[in-house]
Formats: sequence, structure tokens, C-alpha cells
Amino acid sequence: MTTTTMTHDEAHHDHAPTGLKRWLFSTNHKDIGTLYLLFALTMLFLGGASAMVIRAELFLPGIQLVDPDLYNNLVTNHALLMIFGAVMPAAAGLANWMIPLMIGAPDMALPRMNNLSFWILPAAATMLILSFVVPFFPGGGTQINTGWTLYPPLSIKVGMSMDFLIFAIHLLGISSILASINIIVTLLNMRAPGMTLMKMPMFCWTWLVTAFLLILVVPVLAGGVTMLLFDRHFGTSFFDAAGGGDPVLFQHLFWFFGHPEVYILLLPSIGVLSHVIPTFARKPLFGYKSMVGAMLAVATIGMVVWAHHQYTIGMSLGAVTYFMVGTILISIPVGLMIFNFIATMWRGSMTFETPMLFAVGIVLMFTFGGLSGVMLAVVPADMQYHDSMFVVAHFHYVLMPGAVFGLFAGVFYWLPKWTGHMYDEKLAKIFFWTNVIGFNITFFPQHFLGLAGMPRRIVDYNAIFTEFNVLSSIGAMIFGLSHLLLLYIVIKTIRGGKKAKNRSWEGAKGLEWEVGSPPEFHTWTTAPQIK
Amino acid sequence: MCFNFSTIKKMLLLSLGTFAFGSAWGELGVNFPTPAGDVAQDIYDIHMLTMKVTTILLVIVFAIVIYSLYFHRKSRGYQADQNFHNTWFGNWSWVLVPALVLGVDFTIAKNADTVLKTVWEVPKEKDIMDIKVTGHQWWWEFDYLDHGIKVESRYTPQDQSGDLYLREVDNRLMLPTGKKIRFLHTSADVLHAFWVPELAFKKDAIPGYVTETWIELNREGVFRGQCAELCGTWHSRMPIVVESVSEAQFATWVDGQKVAQQQALAEANTDKTWTLDELKEKGKALYDTKCAACHQVTGQGLPPAFPPLAGSKIATGPIEGHLHIVINGKPNTAMQPWGTLNDLEIAAIVTYERNAWGNDTGDVIQPADVKSAR
Repeated sequence: MTTTTMTHDEAHHDHAPTGLKRWLFSTNHKDIGTLYLLFALTMLFLGGASAMVIRAELFLPGIQLVDPDLYNNLVTNHALLMIFGAVMPAAAGLANWMIPLMIGAPDMALPRMNNLSFWILPAAATMLILSFVVPFFPGGGTQINTGWTLYPPLSIKVGMSMDFLIFAIHLLGISSILASINIIVTLLNMRAPGMTLMKMPMFCWTWLVTAFLLILVVPVLAGGVTMLLFDRHFGTSFFDAAGGGDPVLFQHLFWFFGHPEVYILLLPSIGVLSHVIPTFARKPLFGYKSMVGAMLAVATIGMVVWAHHQYTIGMSLGAVTYFMVGTILISIPVGLMIFNFIATMWRGSMTFETPMLFAVGIVLMFTFGGLSGVMLAVVPADMQYHDSMFVVAHFHYVLMPGAVFGLFAGVFYWLPKWTGHMYDEKLAKIFFWTNVIGFNITFFPQHFLGLAGMPRRIVDYNAIFTEFNVLSSIGAMIFGLSHLLLLYIVIKTIRGGKKAKNRSWEGAKGLEWEVGSPPEFHTWTTAPQIK
Repeated sequence: MCFNFSTIKKMLLLSLGTFAFGSAWGELGVNFPTPAGDVAQDIYDIHMLTMKVTTILLVIVFAIVIYSLYFHRKSRGYQADQNFHNTWFGNWSWVLVPALVLGVDFTIAKNADTVLKTVWEVPKEKDIMDIKVTGHQWWWEFDYLDHGIKVESRYTPQDQSGDLYLREVDNRLMLPTGKKIRFLHTSADVLHAFWVPELAFKKDAIPGYVTETWIELNREGVFRGQCAELCGTWHSRMPIVVESVSEAQFATWVDGQKVAQQQALAEANTDKTWTLDELKEKGKALYDTKCAACHQVTGQGLPPAFPPLAGSKIATGPIEGHLHIVINGKPNTAMQPWGTLNDLEIAAIVTYERNAWGNDTGDVIQPADVKSAR
């Protein structure tokens, strides 16, 4: 290669595209990562707003704010927006930003596909929002009153908005499969020389497993909703008992996707924790190998226990026993993960910046959610808990700390790296405390509601359930509004602040801390050598 | 609303942790109600066992983390132990921890398995009492298969049920104590789920499936539950009220039901020609219980899901079309076939619908018309 072409290449690379083109046609992992994160933030607010309407309606008994069908539609949208719109894209955003930096690669392996997988998302979100909006117009049919589980026969009776939703799910699925392929190819081919799989940073490991899970289960969901579409319009009877079909089949297809999905949401955040805790405890991650093993075990067992979401459908004794034992066994690898985090903190030299506060919060609250999960796994007792508010409390205790707080921890941890500015630590700590306290006031009382006999997904309830619902709704308002502070902190950090060092945290280790803060438009154009 | 001083006091008591004293739990609505059968008691016990085990684990984890948070911090000058993961504990914890968790898992699973067998397997006894429980949008149908009686159970509006709104029904599910009862669950339209916390189980009602559960009640009382699987618009309005009575009381109730049903049947089978006013009066009562949940008492419906009947093409158009949709339902909508109603009932409902809310067709439909339309 001659000197002239070298100079040309360098000049070309330093010339970052500007304006709309920079974002629309971007093939740069950092820009696409930013896009993912901004998209997720938008969806977080949409999903959060729908949750706050739900809680406002449940504040007191009676139907005050929304009609029952609109209420059920909000329940549906809250779940879909949060899972497919907020958590999965946010995790993909972190992956896009950090994986190339962490493994010393110049970019993702398939940059154009990276662009495609992001830009499908706004289209999918539009379809999703249309499914909500369409019934408000004359001739728009009925609201989607099925919940995100979309169980037939109810979902077959819904109007055209269900079709919008089905196509939205197809698009979201395509997007995550493309992103997963990209991440797998990047991780398997683009690691810096000397970085063997067992030297790979933990966040990369968690995403490698997540990406495989996505590719295995998302097509099953796509198949399920396509069959639903055919039942609705083309006269098939996959799920219609009157035509020889089976309504329960859809539940199996849905949860074959739905249960691994829980780990898809969870694992990237476990990856974030595996970086945050060692950084702020100032000692290496305890049990790297057992962590990798535990994660693989979770993913494997997680694939074969889906029917614990359906204990009440009337399976045979043998089947429920199998699903019960399998589900209880998941506590072994998950317990090992939690143990490793605690052992990393143990005899460390801890400081409590915001990412670490979230990490500690996760360890405590996720343990709580995991243990109520063990209770739910027990079939005879689940005959009581099933579809009650206890379940709502349980999965929010798992997913909020397990997925969302992990993402918050990651955002605060890497925000100085992305923006080049330290965020406002004082404000961020206020955000943490209002967020976590609001969260606990919201969801802790819901355990009691469930045990007292309140089912989930009801728009109206008897006065005996009032107290805890009032408490829960007050908590939800604190919790929901606290996210405005998050928005403010992020904007403030982007606009300015104390200059961040390349190694923004004293105890931080890894390749991502060796590039600039903010990193140059192209990093690791020469791969580092790992010893 | 229902938010007075006593509820505030109740919340204060709770926040002070008073609820930690066992007996106060159920009373304050923070735990399951007292079970009403031996199997239900077993389920309650396994619930309490797992809760205790998990609570102990939770306390251990919290204690260790809080200890560490307090002592192992930089601000106390604690130096990180860089070799902690290389000690014997670090090297073997991946075996020790799973072994420990496995032990806990085994304890829970073993106890659960024993209970599960009793819960799941319906006793094979000839004289077990069978009740078919059918979920409808949005009411429950209870068929006492051994007695040949049928009970339709619907929520009662707030002006009738008062404080028990959404916990009270017009016709309760009457059950005798001390007798093994088998429930056969199914659905006529979408998914529903039968849940009464005192009976300690929940079972889905699935169209095309018949699933079974069983119970033997050991105390009398009124137990309230509700539908637990999202079944559309009025999912919140499907309460289930079980009234558990002695076998003698139950027998009396059964006789009363049989007499009432025979009278209704006799009335429907007379050759009498009914007048418009008679049918309208009967029709209004039937419409308000069976049809008004969707089409509303005012006949205005809740469009677009539930079309209005006032001024509708079907309710003012040809009688055959109107009868057809009532008897056979409309596929892929919430309108179910009402063919199980007798000729007189359908005649009364259709007559009422064609002569109420400004639908002044003046049509009088006789039971014989319904019979020929079937």
C-alpha cells in the first residue's frame, strides 16, 4: 500500500458524515448504538405513560378514566413497548456501542445490516402505535383487549388493529434476528488477536448467548402470530377448537418464545453488572468461568421449561412435574450468578457511584424476585398465584432490576465514555433513590393483592383491594415521574460537564477504557494484541 | 370513596410491621384466606413452606450483602483482597453453591411433589359429584350433572351488591360439605379461569377442552373468587361465589331448583298464545340479565365491539334474521349462540328487543315461531 492511498484512507475515515445522512445511512457502530439508545428511551416513555394510565385507573375502585377495552389495550401496549421497544433495543444499543470497543474491533462485522436492523425498528414502532390508534377512527374495529400474550380465541375476535400488531411483531422479530446475527458474527470473527473466547469480556459473553437465544426463539413467535393471522383471515383453524384446532397450541408456541425472552432481557444486564461490580469493588469478577457456565446453563434450561406459564391449562401429572422440577432447577445457575456478584463485592474496596448503586440494588431486588419465582414454580401453590397480582409483582421484581436497572447501570457507567463528560453524580443519586423507592412502593404491595385474591388485568376491583392499590399507584407516579430526571441528566451530560478521562472510573478495566472519551469516530483500526 | 379512617389505620398498622404476627395476616388481606378443604390446606401449607424457605434465603443474602456494604468500602480504608477468587473457597464455590441450592430445591420439590399428586389426581370414586363449569363472556354456567340442574351465575350491579360489588352474583354455586366434588371445566367462547382462593386452585376454561379438578369442602361458608384469565371487555365482572352448606341443606336446595325448572319447562311448553305485554315483561327481565352486559340496558351497546340494538337493522328488519342471529350467534364476535334457551325465552327476548328503545315494530314472536326457526 502506498503512502498516498494511506493518507487518502485516513482522510476519508476522519471525515464523519453530518446531518440527516449521518444517521439515516450510518454504518458506524457508535452512531447506530446511539440511535438504538435514543429509540429505546422514547419507547420507555411511551410504555411508561401507558403504565401510569393503568395505575391511575387502578388508584381507586370503579371505572374512572378508561373504558375496559382501552384499559386492556394499554396493558397490551405497555408490555410490548417495554419489552420490544425499550429493553431489547437498549440492550442492542449497548452491544453496538461497547462490543467493538471491548473486543478491539474497528466496527461490527456487518455494518450495512446493522443499519437495516436499526431502521426497521421505527417502522415496527409505527405499526405498533397504529394498532393502538386505529380503533379510535370510525370503522377501525375493536381495541386489542388480549394482553401481550395474544391468546386466541380472544385475539381472533379483535378487529384490524390485531393485524397491525401481528406485522409489528414480525418487523420487530426481523430486526432482532438481524442484530443477533451481526453480534454473533462480530464476536466470533472480530476479536483482537490473543483474545480467546474465555478471555472475552463478560458483557460480550452474555450477548453471545442472548443472540443465540433470540435466533432460536423469535422465529417461533413469528410462526405463532402468522398462524394467528391465517386463522383470522384465511379460514384456517390452527387455534380454533370448532375447526379441529387447539387454542392451547398457541400458548405453547408463545411461551416457547416467551420464557427464553425473559433471559434475553436479563442476560445483557447481567453482563453490565459483571463490569460495574468489579470496577467499583476494585477487584476482578469472582468466578468468570462459573459465570459463563451458569449463563449457558440458564439459557439451556430456560429453553425447555416454558410451560410453567401454563400450569392451569390441565396438563398431565407427568408434564407438570417435569416443568416444575426444570423450573426449580433454574435457581441453581441463577443462584450461582448472584453468588458470584456478592463474592465480587466481598472483601472489595467499594465506592458507591450511581452505576454501583444500581448494581447493589439489582443484587438485592433481583434475589427477591428470583425467590418469588421459586414459589411460583411450585405447581400446587401456583394454582393459587397464577394470573393474580402476585405474578405481576414477581415479574416486575425480576425484569425491572434484572433488565431495566441493569441497563440504567450500564448507561451511567458508560455515559462518560460516550459523551466525554461526567454526568451529575448528585442528580444521578437522587434519580437512583426516587426510582428504586418508587419501584418498591409500586410493586411490593401487589404481592399482597395477589394473595388476597385480586386477579391481574382487571380494570375494576372490589373495595377490599383499595388500600394496596392506592399505595401501589402512588408509588407508580413517583417511579414514573422519576424518569424525567433521567432524561434531564442524560441531556445535561451530552451538553457538557466535567471532562471525562479515558479511564473514566478508577477501577475500570478493559479495552473500552483505552480509547478516547468520547472515542474517535473510528477506533481500533489497528487491532490491539491481547496477552 | 371507600377510603376512610379505618383503612388509613390499617395501612399504618401494616407499615409498622404488625402484620408479621401470623394471625393478623389473613385478616388484613395479605395472605391467602383460610382454606376450605383438606387438599386446599395441603396447598396452603406448601405455599407457607416455600415462603418460609425463600424468606430465610432472602434474609441470609441481605445480611451478607449489607455486612459487605458496610465493612468492605473504600471510605473505611478497606483494601481489596485481589486474591479472594484464588482461595480454596474461590476455586470450589462453583460446586459448593449449586450443591447448597440443589439441597434447597430438593426440599421444596419433594414436598411439592407429594401435594401435587393429591391435587392433580381426581379420586376414582363412583359416587363423586360432578359439576360442569362452563365459562361464558361474562358469566358462569354450573351444570350439576348428577342432579340434572343448571345454574347461571352473573355479577350483580353495584346498586344491588353494594360493598360486595364484583364479589357477588345473582345465583351462587351451592356445594355440600363432606362430599368429594369433581369440577369439569370448559368454555363456550374464549379462555376463562375458575378461581376461588378458599378452594386453593385455579383452572382454565378452554373451548374444546374439558379439564378437571376436585375438592372436598370441610367447612360451611361463603367463598368469593373471580375469573382469572383475561376474557375480554368485562373480565372484571365475572365473580364466582361458592356457598358451602351441609348435605341436608344442599338436598333441599336441589329439590327447590328441580321444582322451579319443571315449572319453567311446563310454562314454555303450553300451547298458549302470548300477548305482546306478557312477552315484553318476560323479555325485559331476561334481556337485562343475559344480554345487557354487552348491548346495555339502554340498547345502545358499546360500539364498535358491541353494536346497538336500538334502531339496528337486525332488530327492526326481518324476524327470521333476528331469530337466526340469537339462536346461532355470529362467528368470530362476542355474539354467542343462545340456542340453549327455551323457545319461550327466545320469543320473549326477541319480542322485547323489537319493541323497546324506539324499535316499535309491534311484532309478537310466539314460542312456536322460534321452534320452526331452529
